[in-house]
Amino acid sequence: MSTTKTGNRAFNLPILDKWMAAMSGDVTNKKLKCVVMDALVPMAAILVFLMLWSAGAKQVTTSLGVLPGPSQVFSQALNLIDEHKAEREKEAAFYERIQKRVDKAIADGKPQEKIDKLKSRKYTGKETFIDQIFTSLLTVMAGFVLASLIAIPLGIMIGMSNTLYKAFNPIIQLFKPVSPLAWLPLVTMVVSAMYITDDPMFSKSFLNSALTVTLCCLWPTIINTAVGVSGVSKDLINVSRVLRLGWFTKTVKIILPSSIPMMFTGLRLSLGIGWMVLIAAEMLAQNPGLGKFVWDEFQNGSSNSLSRIMVAVLVIGFVGYLLDRGMLMLQRRVSWDKNAVLR
Amino acid sequence: MSEYLNIDHVHMTFPTDNGPLEVLNSINLKVSKGEFISLIGHSGCGKSTVLNIVAGLLNATQGGVLLEDKEVTEPGPDRAVVFQNHSLLPWLTVYDNVRLAVDQVFKKSKSAQERDEWTRHNLELVHMSHALDRKPDEISGGMKQRVGIARALAMDPKVLLMDEPFGALDSLTRTHMQDSLMEIQAELNNTVIMITHDVDEAVLLSDRIIMMTNGPSATVGEILDVDLPRPRDRLGLAEDSTYNHYRAEVVKFLHERHAQPDVPVSKSKEEDKPEKPKLKVAS
Repeated sequence: MSTTKTGNRAFNLPILDKWMAAMSGDVTNKKLKCVVMDALVPMAAILVFLMLWSAGAKQVTTSLGVLPGPSQVFSQALNLIDEHKAEREKEAAFYERIQKRVDKAIADGKPQEKIDKLKSRKYTGKETFIDQIFTSLLTVMAGFVLASLIAIPLGIMIGMSNTLYKAFNPIIQLFKPVSPLAWLPLVTMVVSAMYITDDPMFSKSFLNSALTVTLCCLWPTIINTAVGVSGVSKDLINVSRVLRLGWFTKTVKIILPSSIPMMFTGLRLSLGIGWMVLIAAEMLAQNPGLGKFVWDEFQNGSSNSLSRIMVAVLVIGFVGYLLDRGMLMLQRRVSWDKNAVLR
Repeated sequence: MSEYLNIDHVHMTFPTDNGPLEVLNSINLKVSKGEFISLIGHSGCGKSTVLNIVAGLLNATQGGVLLEDKEVTEPGPDRAVVFQNHSLLPWLTVYDNVRLAVDQVFKKSKSAQERDEWTRHNLELVHMSHALDRKPDEISGGMKQRVGIARALAMDPKVLLMDEPFGALDSLTRTHMQDSLMEIQAELNNTVIMITHDVDEAVLLSDRIIMMTNGPSATVGEILDVDLPRPRDRLGLAEDSTYNHYRAEVVKFLHERHAQPDVPVSKSKEEDKPEKPKLKVAS
């Protein structure tokens, strides 16, 4: 393919443009040019990346064998999906067996307790990779939502009052740079001390990871919300003074809408940080999830482990991207300025 | 004439890094009901500060403002302000921007249906009924300012305060807006204080023109009674000798007696063009 020839020049865009235009055979067609810029250019870049990866990986030999290239990783990804399907089939088969035994027990006229006991049996197979993606998503959302519920009102209050800003600023600045790994032991100890019930709604490992995410998600939202609120145009504040708007109306009608862009900047930063923090927290807290998957594969050390870890890396990146896009879509929905360019 | 609005010995001093700066020195002005007053003066002479003190957005260092013998201490809808940059809430439609003010001012005295009618009526006055559901970003600068005026009128204010309402508009739109304002004024007979940089605008619209001396320590320099019959027609007045006399009076005041010290007199003649004041202490 001609890609190999241009591969080393792929970042020199004018040349690439010309080449693409020549290939498509129509230089003047603007629509086509758009397609070239939007689809073909990124695709070419990905292709180059895959080739570099493939060529580079072969040079590295680890204790677990040669570093896997794209093709091995792809086959492992398929493998993980197959494992997930197999696990689901096993689960279905399990419940089918149980149902049969229940039916038989009823037919035999066994006492109700025994039937209930049979029915209450749960399948206890291991979590598949796909299950773990969803566990991770649930954990990060729990931590993020909790953080936002605290950070947005706090940010609004700090933004509205100079005194509160002065009071909170040093605390925020102190805690903002703290690594999630430093929080985790503290959170773990506090959760084990405080969260004592016989019928736990959440597992402790889930709480540990979610709360660690919360602690790291708070700061960007607080800071950006506060900046947004304090930056409300003086003229609009004057309008509210002339109208003698009450505190509540002023907040809802003027301050919230005008600080929404900054608030969302904070929320998007927070969610991005939260997702990164979560993977680290899951590794250490042994909360089922992508972090634990990576850690388990690392400890497992089979010949497939490296490929499986790479699948996880790509999935983590992709999910993070989807989360950010999701926030962007939400921002577009609630933002009043539909013309604003959001990236 | 009764004293409807009384600006009584108002001094204003702002603290700055280089010590206190006296912006206004003993401003005295009595305005009767239904009178249209223009404040004119060079940039930075404290016109906006006077307006903001009447609005209650700023508190005078000394002296005070009485409206119907009650002292002004805080902003309120009885002294509605039309801001230079319209200050509409960009996330609300034209209708909702006015309705917000109507709801706030008449929440007890009018039913929901009356408030709706009053909102529409005021938008009708400024000829904006066709764009009720548009957002401020979707209409032109002149239309935005019309909505700003509708919002102020909808508060049914005792005094309408206008801070260079047409300063940010192009000159064609500005003449349209001036005609509209005269039309509304003829109908409602509001008491208006308007800040302007535009000599023609001041003479055309006002009953009295308050010419302010240069700051710091600005005060009322001269007061010009504009005794032209209403309704006024800009085309007819263009050739009118009385009109041109008034116009010349204001120009002489601004460019001979109180020319800005750093601007040569001959050059400053071209300076009618309204510009956003460079030193805007008040806002």
